[in-house]
Amino acid sequence: MERKKNSLVELAKILVFALIIMVSFAGYAKFGIPLVIPAPPPVEEKITGAVTMDQMIAMGDKIFHGKGTCTLCHSPVGGRAPLLEQIGTNGPARLKDSRYKGKAKTVYQYIIESEKDPSAYVVAGFGKPGTNDTVSPMPMTNKGAIGLSDFELDCVAAWLLKTGGLPLAEIKPPTGGAAAGAAAAGAAPEEIKPAATAEEAFNKFGCPTCHKVPGLPEGGDVGPDLTKVVKLAKTRKPGMSAEAYIFESITAPNSYVVKGFDKDVMPGDFAQKMTVSEITLITKALLGEK
Amino acid sequence: MRIESMLFKQKKFFTRLRPAVCGTAVFLAFMLALPAMTVKTTGVAGALWGEMSVQAASAAEAPAAAPAAAPAAAPAKKDEKAAAKAEKGPEEYKPITPPKLELKDYPKIKGFNSRITVWFIAQLHLFFGAFVLGVPIFVWVIEAVGYKTKDERYDNMAHEFMKVAMTGFSLAASFGGLLSIALVVFYPHFMQYMASVFGKVMIYYALFFFVESFFVYTYYYGWDKMSSGKDKLIHLGLGIGLNGAGLMLMALSNSWAAFMMAPSGLDESGAFAGDVWAAMHSHLWNPLNIHRFIANIAYGGSLTASYAAFKFLTANTPEEKAHYDWMGYTSFFVSMFGMLPLPFAGYWLMKEVYDYSQQMGITLMGGAFAWLFILQAVLIGAIFLSANYYLWCSLGRSNGSARYTFMIKPMAVIIVTAFLMWLTPHTLVMTSQEITKIGGAHHPLLGKFGVMAAKNTAVNTLIIMTFCSFQIFKRSNIRATGKGFWAQYGTTVQIGLYVAALTNIFFLGIWSYYIPASTRIGLSVPQVTTTLMVAVLSSVFDVFIFKSNEELGPPKWGSMPVRSQYALFTLTVAFTWLMGLMGYVRSAIRQHWHIYTVFRDNSADAFTPTLPYAAAIVTGIVCIFIALVLFMFWMPILASKGNGAEEH
Repeated sequence: MERKKNSLVELAKILVFALIIMVSFAGYAKFGIPLVIPAPPPVEEKITGAVTMDQMIAMGDKIFHGKGTCTLCHSPVGGRAPLLEQIGTNGPARLKDSRYKGKAKTVYQYIIESEKDPSAYVVAGFGKPGTNDTVSPMPMTNKGAIGLSDFELDCVAAWLLKTGGLPLAEIKPPTGGAAAGAAAAGAAPEEIKPAATAEEAFNKFGCPTCHKVPGLPEGGDVGPDLTKVVKLAKTRKPGMSAEAYIFESITAPNSYVVKGFDKDVMPGDFAQKMTVSEITLITKALLGEK
Repeated sequence: MRIESMLFKQKKFFTRLRPAVCGTAVFLAFMLALPAMTVKTTGVAGALWGEMSVQAASAAEAPAAAPAAAPAAAPAKKDEKAAAKAEKGPEEYKPITPPKLELKDYPKIKGFNSRITVWFIAQLHLFFGAFVLGVPIFVWVIEAVGYKTKDERYDNMAHEFMKVAMTGFSLAASFGGLLSIALVVFYPHFMQYMASVFGKVMIYYALFFFVESFFVYTYYYGWDKMSSGKDKLIHLGLGIGLNGAGLMLMALSNSWAAFMMAPSGLDESGAFAGDVWAAMHSHLWNPLNIHRFIANIAYGGSLTASYAAFKFLTANTPEEKAHYDWMGYTSFFVSMFGMLPLPFAGYWLMKEVYDYSQQMGITLMGGAFAWLFILQAVLIGAIFLSANYYLWCSLGRSNGSARYTFMIKPMAVIIVTAFLMWLTPHTLVMTSQEITKIGGAHHPLLGKFGVMAAKNTAVNTLIIMTFCSFQIFKRSNIRATGKGFWAQYGTTVQIGLYVAALTNIFFLGIWSYYIPASTRIGLSVPQVTTTLMVAVLSSVFDVFIFKSNEELGPPKWGSMPVRSQYALFTLTVAFTWLMGLMGYVRSAIRQHWHIYTVFRDNSADAFTPTLPYAAAIVTGIVCIFIALVLFMFWMPILASKGNGAEEH
């Protein structure tokens, strides 16, 4: 009986000792290491309506720093890949380089080519070891884990060209949901009908691309969160009603820019594109009215 | 005839086999049933999997979920072969495309979270699997040493190790069966796809369990019957068979894990082209095999060391204490034998991850998971510290240890410094005011310790010092009495070797700060080679030194303090927790993919868990595992009460 008692006591001691060690490790993971929240699974940037060049640039910025995982390498830390801020001067120089064997004639084409076929031109010193800079370690961004669509690749190119101070004329922003789809398929664009519901209106004008919008599951963070505008709208400008503020924000976005966001990002031509009924639908939805 | 009589005439034979056989049978049944999903079957299996076969057929016609990544198509030669096979026409093989799942395609079982349930079961299966694959390897070596030296103590110890592992076999098989059920229940489409690719391999895997079972039972239960002469050689042959079957099982299951991380054998659209070997032989298969093979030995050793420590603490007589002290020391030695090269196998695995996909490699080491490796450094540091502590306590067993105890303090300082350097992060988390004060996110001094140049130097120093602790323990029991070269100058040669090695490692470490990153990475190879050279050459020198000198009497087995046994428990717990953590990161690096770049995870659990979340889950799993292991240790004592005496 003494032997059994002895064993159980030792077992209990060992178990408590093991628990203390385990909890110490878990505690260190919780309190000793900064919390890094991995990015949520990426969602494809969908073209839900007319998209302006500014919106494309903003989306390109977002993709470059997020879903595209470009900054894993194209950043000053580690020096794993060329820095792309200098694309304005480096881009034309790459095309003239005797080592360049690709098909691009312009910097825009060069960017798209590099996104789809990174080994078409490898910057000296950044090739896979042992390949004499003929094979790039960069994955094809239109395939595999990154899997950007053509539209998303264009957005990244737009952002890079803008960053490098190069012309954006080659990039054609989609002109609307049905129109964009038809244009992509090479067919004649159809006449766009006015939105019948608030949800249709939001999607038609691409609001969720930059904003979180009430009633829609997904939204961007380039612009302010519009699910909170119902509470904040009447406090933005003293003496201005919530309804008037929203109307002004749609038709003249720069008249009041929420702190923490930049001017000139939101397109200023919605007054020309939206019908009265569409503005009304959107305003009511933002104010929580049926 | 003798084997036959041994197998079937023992009264307790079937009673002993029952739990293991039940567990194995469940596992086998599921592994054999899985591939039936993708073939036209009749009868019971057909009825069971008929619906899934239809789904598999429709999935094959569905459009590709996502195009294959460049890395998936990286092994061009293999993929050409796969593509050529696919081109032979639909009559011969119809490419299988991974399905594009939606949230509703994932079954929900009330009261269970799919991912956490599978996580718990899979990790527990891996813990027991690693244990039962690792133990027979060194059991065989110890048995062979006993046979060669005619020393029965080795044979008895090897037999006792095997006894501990036997309960582990049934638990590993039971958790394997449970895992198969859980995967089919919670992830039917994923398993359907995996079976469509690896169906043939799964059948072989299941069949190898029969082979493994045959060898494990004949090896264990035939021990006493085949204890001498030619019979012993047959027994050793059975041990080779057991380890061969175990290795094969490990390699086959590793091929699935490697395929999920770095899929191969797929065509441009991500569809499986029909070449199973190409799918098995993915970029990470062999690095994973080597890493797990070495880790299994180290882990098996640490668990048997804990068993011996438990028995040491509960021993009633000095003889028992001496026996389990010796057993604990041998297990510890085995564990360290595996532990020392393990970081290098890890480096190779990481190098191959980078080669496969730089994006995956950087996400792992410099992205969302970078801080996990600081935690890993803490865990490995804890393992090395407890190992060194045990070795320093071991000096008490030697008759001439007083001559060497002065070395403990400076060695402790070096080891702790190397440990701290290893866990220093490159980028510090600071407030904006602190960043302004320091002048950047990197501390002007500590930031220099956060890069690989410093970490490689630190880890090599840590390993060399641990090896030095071991050599001091061995050396403390001899006296220089000989007159030959090795007796007189052997120690001086060894000291010279250590000094030269450390100088080289530090020189390479410092130099690597001044050269480009691409060259710097390559310097880890000569550093590692230097460390391995010290271990090998110094061990060879020891052989000559020991031959030329006099031993100071037999070691005082059983004289170890109680706290030294807790160092062995620390080793096991830290090792287990580390394995759980690395299991998490190996899986999590696939991020929102069931099969990286090919088969997307669209379940509610597709998000990547944070480190504290994973740490909590790992702690829960390790708690269950340790409780089961302690129960496993305690069972023979319970049984011995019924039998009147415990076997030794």
